[in-house]
Amino acid sequence: MSARPFALIAVTLVVFWSAATVSTQEPGGFVAYPQRSPGDPAAIERGKGLYGANCVFCHGADARGGDGGGPNLTRSTLVLEDQKGERLAPVIREGRGSMPRFQLTDAQIADIAEFLHSFPVSSRSGPSTINIVVGDAKKGEAYVAVTCARCHTTAALKTFATKLPDPKMLQQMWLMPGNPGGRGGAAPIPAPPITVTVTLASGKTFTGELSRVDDFTVSLKQADGTHRTFRTEAAGIKVDIHDPLTPHKELLRLYSDADIHNVTAYLVSLRSQS
Amino acid sequence: MKKLLVVVLIGAAAVVVSAQGIVTRDLLHKPLADSWPTYSGDYSGKRYSTLAQINQSNIKTMTLAWTRRMVAGPPPSAPRAPGEAPVITGGEGDVVFGGATQVKGSILAVNGVLYVTAPDNVWALDANDGHLLWRYFWKTKGGTHIGNRGAGIWNDYLFFVTPDNYLISLDAKTGTERWHKELASFQQQYFHTMAPIVIENHVLVGSSNDLDMPGFLQVFEPETGALQWKWYATPQKAGDAGLDTWKSLDAAIHGGGHPWVPGSYDPETRLYIMGTGNPTPAYTSAPRGEGMANLFTCALVAVNIDTGKMVWYYQTSPHDTHDWDSAQTPVLIDGEFKGRPRKMVITAARNGYFFAVDRVTGEHLVTSKFSESANWAQPQLNAKGQPVRIPEKDFHIGGALVSAANQGAANWPPPSFSPQTGLFYVPTTETYAMYYLTEPDPRGALGLGGKDERSVGTVGSYLSAIDYQTGKTVWRHKYRTTANTGLTAGLLTTAGRLLFAGDVSGNFVAYDPTNGTPLWHTQLGANTSNAPETYMVDGKQYVLVAAGDTLYAFTIF
Repeated sequence: MSARPFALIAVTLVVFWSAATVSTQEPGGFVAYPQRSPGDPAAIERGKGLYGANCVFCHGADARGGDGGGPNLTRSTLVLEDQKGERLAPVIREGRGSMPRFQLTDAQIADIAEFLHSFPVSSRSGPSTINIVVGDAKKGEAYVAVTCARCHTTAALKTFATKLPDPKMLQQMWLMPGNPGGRGGAAPIPAPPITVTVTLASGKTFTGELSRVDDFTVSLKQADGTHRTFRTEAAGIKVDIHDPLTPHKELLRLYSDADIHNVTAYLVSLRSQS
Repeated sequence: MKKLLVVVLIGAAAVVVSAQGIVTRDLLHKPLADSWPTYSGDYSGKRYSTLAQINQSNIKTMTLAWTRRMVAGPPPSAPRAPGEAPVITGGEGDVVFGGATQVKGSILAVNGVLYVTAPDNVWALDANDGHLLWRYFWKTKGGTHIGNRGAGIWNDYLFFVTPDNYLISLDAKTGTERWHKELASFQQQYFHTMAPIVIENHVLVGSSNDLDMPGFLQVFEPETGALQWKWYATPQKAGDAGLDTWKSLDAAIHGGGHPWVPGSYDPETRLYIMGTGNPTPAYTSAPRGEGMANLFTCALVAVNIDTGKMVWYYQTSPHDTHDWDSAQTPVLIDGEFKGRPRKMVITAARNGYFFAVDRVTGEHLVTSKFSESANWAQPQLNAKGQPVRIPEKDFHIGGALVSAANQGAANWPPPSFSPQTGLFYVPTTETYAMYYLTEPDPRGALGLGGKDERSVGTVGSYLSAIDYQTGKTVWRHKYRTTANTGLTAGLLTTAGRLLFAGDVSGNFVAYDPTNGTPLWHTQLGANTSNAPETYMVDGKQYVLVAAGDTLYAFTIF
């Protein structure tokens, strides 16, 4: 389940346990589900050996399931509820379903439990190091020539790509300039400003950078730095907003994923072109 | 005007209940008027009030009656001053939640008292002026503190749930704890947010979890808290219905489906109708069985209130792969469909599609797409009227551009249906995100893991009005903004021919429900965070809404 756009934005990833899994910490140092205290390293090491000899074929070296078809133990309710092997022992000794019996002592099962409890448990993943540049730069160049070159020169695109060394950030920022992807922090390159012209019933006009707009008011900053707000319900008021990103927003309906990947590959390739 | 033939679900008003401190069956079964005794006001989920003292002819004169800020957390260490409201504490936890107080739930209005909730906190306020009568604070062990959707009430007993999985019953007059009962395992990372729904002597509570644990609805006896029955959203053992829609029993047992938003109730058929949550793992779905439906996740489900047995289901999102649950409020309406009267349930799902289903039989009637930008499904529906997922739009190593972002086209913010217009009103957001696969291992990740979702932005936030007979959007008001907006808050309609909504810019607005024309508005300085409600006390109608930690009550003096 999860309703949680708010949480996804608010949650910051703090404690890195491995490349794959993280604990989540909310504002104020609050941890919803604390990880277990680190176990005895010697017991974990003994448990790892016993696990490798008895369990690994079915449950996998990382306990997420193995070739033998055993279930993922990192989400097993038995493992999650277990403290020191007391919940695991009956299943290990008596078997369950297609799982055979194992003759192991209480101490050995406690060591296996210590090993299993050393895996972090989280419903979220940590940062990824996978290279996202999977497109065809040549096709990307052709796409840019048809679609992007109306507004952007190759030199400007090269400068843009060079300023953004992380390909994922580069891809996000060309798709929607000024939007770093909802992971907090300011955009490394700000979006160009939105401008607005307000025409009053009298015909008098005010033009400037748009500060804020809703269904009832519009606010702008004029060239001389002065701030103006107008109520827009009155008859005869006209508000013309010029958003330079409008083509980017309209293109979202038109891109194929391959177009996006190809354009990113092309932009990455521009960095090394002289 | 066939739409005018639509009638209020629950017919003639029962005897007016005036006894102090008593919420009777009659009150809960009455058309929504002076009181707001359950999550949606009444059982139908329409959030349509028959109050009309505030109406189109006088709305321009509606003004602020009172405002109150909700103060959460442990009681102050200073001794209580004379006349200061008591803070009652419970719970054994010692974890401090430092997040902002957000009222994201329904506020009960019963016998001149308002009951307001946020995670770990319940406030009782005087409905006339909002002054605090008492507050209850639960010392938490932790758990996901995403929100609390409100309290339930039965006679003098108040019920609410906590993020660390307790159902707590309070004396509604004093805030004194009657008992608390553990709902689910903290070790398995369950949490609870739902407003308990009280139906006769049943208290219904749905679960929440992000760690591949099964979803369930539990039903308790209100006097003692004894469990009456428990319904699982996914198969739990060999032979259970729906098991053939999962790769394995282990996958089904870990399949999610949490019914975390309150459902609606049809007294005639004794069916509690809820939307179930998404299957898990949410994104890396191969362990669930490629293309398998994963019943009974992402479905409308009708359960008999006496037996706890499922009577029918209709799945609105087979094999969801974006954490787009279908838990959104099901709305029960009686109306004309293809020339004859029908008892229906309608819902606008997080996946961007609207559905109408016969609520007696579960027969599918209408599917339509209410989010223009939604791009995750084939243009054609399948024979059952279900959208068909495009697997390439799950995610990609290089990113897949998907609408909607995780928040969905709609979400928990409550919709509304007005019998006056025959229109169904839905807060709608059109967003895009790039979904990057970060766990290529075919065993997938746990819960919400295995992907990196990066926002691309919001292309439009709307107030949508849908004709339930065709599913077509009759009108939609696009909120003027240049911001990337999050969820758009919930709605209320009234017999005063008014539609109340918070916009995405901190305005609270009354619209004409026939065409979306704004008739009245005020700037609150923060977006509304729950759905507006209305109640009447001492002959005066109030409109009540929360924006973050602050309540605003409006009236006409």
